[in-house]
Amino acid sequence: MTEVALVQFKPRKGDYAANLAALGTIFAQLRGAPTDLIVLPEAALTGYFLEGAVYELALTAPEFAADVNRIWRASGGGTVDVVCGFFENEGGTFYNSALYARLGGLEPEIVHVHRKMFLPTYGVFDEERFHTRGRKLGVFPSAFGPSAIVICEDAWHAITATVAALKGARLIIVPSASPGRGLGAGRELENVLHWKSMLANIAVEHGVYVLYAGLTGFEGGKGMSGSSCAISPRGALIVEAPALGECILRVTLDEAEVDVARSTLPLLGDLQSALPDLWFDPDLPLPRASREAVES
Amino acid sequence: MIPEIVAPRYDPGAALAIDGATTAAWLEGFLRDELIGRRNITRAVLGLSGGIDSAVVAYLCARALGPQNVYAIRMPYRSSSADSLSDAQTIIDALGINAETIEISEAVDGYLRFAPDADGRRRGNVMARMRMLALFDQSARLGALPIGTGNKTERLMGYFTWHADDTPPVNPIGDLFKTQVWQLARYLGVPAAVIDKPPSADLEANQTDEGDLGITYAKADQILHLILSGYRDANIVERGFAPADVALVRRRVDTTHWKRHLPTTALVSATAINEFYLRPVDY
Repeated sequence: MTEVALVQFKPRKGDYAANLAALGTIFAQLRGAPTDLIVLPEAALTGYFLEGAVYELALTAPEFAADVNRIWRASGGGTVDVVCGFFENEGGTFYNSALYARLGGLEPEIVHVHRKMFLPTYGVFDEERFHTRGRKLGVFPSAFGPSAIVICEDAWHAITATVAALKGARLIIVPSASPGRGLGAGRELENVLHWKSMLANIAVEHGVYVLYAGLTGFEGGKGMSGSSCAISPRGALIVEAPALGECILRVTLDEAEVDVARSTLPLLGDLQSALPDLWFDPDLPLPRASREAVES
Repeated sequence: MIPEIVAPRYDPGAALAIDGATTAAWLEGFLRDELIGRRNITRAVLGLSGGIDSAVVAYLCARALGPQNVYAIRMPYRSSSADSLSDAQTIIDALGINAETIEISEAVDGYLRFAPDADGRRRGNVMARMRMLALFDQSARLGALPIGTGNKTERLMGYFTWHADDTPPVNPIGDLFKTQVWQLARYLGVPAAVIDKPPSADLEANQTDEGDLGITYAKADQILHLILSGYRDANIVERGFAPADVALVRRRVDTTHWKRHLPTTALVSATAINEFYLRPVDY
């Protein structure tokens, strides 16, 4: 069993120090119940729409992990794993990233850094102007087991979760910052409805848990639509947060649920056997040369 | 402090909740298809014990085929509870179905004269098989298809007489756990006296199913649901069930697979029925 706290967070725009302090308060609150893994949203400690200020607030992964670790240690003893979105400066190249780190030691252990691969640059979004896209989708050992992080639009492409699952992920963590849009006659924002449908599809198709942590609060008129949630490997919505307002969702993940979901609906196993036929179809617009040629 | 929302704890009962209207409509469709569509038989005959399982099946048959096409046979033995007979009458009156009472005491005792040492279990099996014999004969007399009334819980626990309760060719409630039969009964309007009384095979005085099984239906159904869903015993215990209860249910399921199959036949040819020679039941 893995005890998870999903933190739906409302940062103060651009005020990294104040947001770290607020995170310290949340860490202290989280100590009220057993917690193995804390998941925070995309760009949690800076706010999302930074435009050129990305260059001012981006940090290296070790710098960012050290700051979060210091805040965790100041809130009390013990260890915990954390996922948190941040803007990463890797030697002058900027990424929209999320790290998975183990906190509590003198130095944090960075287990994994995912750099967002699909950078929305349309409509209200302008990510590719300020960020470089990540080139690799990794699967790493989390507190729950083999896991992957995909950030916001990464999850809108079905193939991303598919590749993660094929590489062994049993948990997919989605830090996100999704501006609310589509306030129609229904009770839910269109983008939230779309998110819930996609996240449930990811879970059912691959037999994985999905944890979604959404940024909340308004950023210059754009309301981040929160709606953090946990989805079971059979696609059931276990717990969800409202669109607006900070909150903490507590959920217990059970490894047995993944096994049972996959034995009941073995779609991932089916895909593994059919994948070569789909992938090596000459009509598919993919490079046909070697991997080296693709990367050159 | 910011608000916390804690995911609801696992609720095994929720997984067994059914919608009465949807389930009833589905099972009525099943009965019409099996009897009229597949066999061109318009009449159904069932043993009506006064218990909840056969009551629910009587209600479903009456709704699916019309009460005039349903024949309820009461088959009491001399030691059967008087309440069973009167509860069955309540159902017959409520539905307006056809009914007959066939005492099985003489037939059962006639055989038991040759088996004076038979214990309660053997005597119960003789009664169950006598009822099966009578039901099939009445089926031939009436031109009505026998309808099964065994529920999923008793099938999985092996709590039935093989080639007796399980013999009718059609069973609308065989995939419903006992607690789901209760839910369906409430939707169908089965009299409260029938729903609320302790379930009993009524083969011996003061017998109750839960006493025989050593576990309540509520617990057994939840554990069975988890076992059938693929959870291991340790996973089930983690969900709040006592290890002894899990072990009891697992043992009953694992030692009764044979009761849910046709007799084991030695395979000697390359045309063995149901091994090589395969045809669907409705082909």
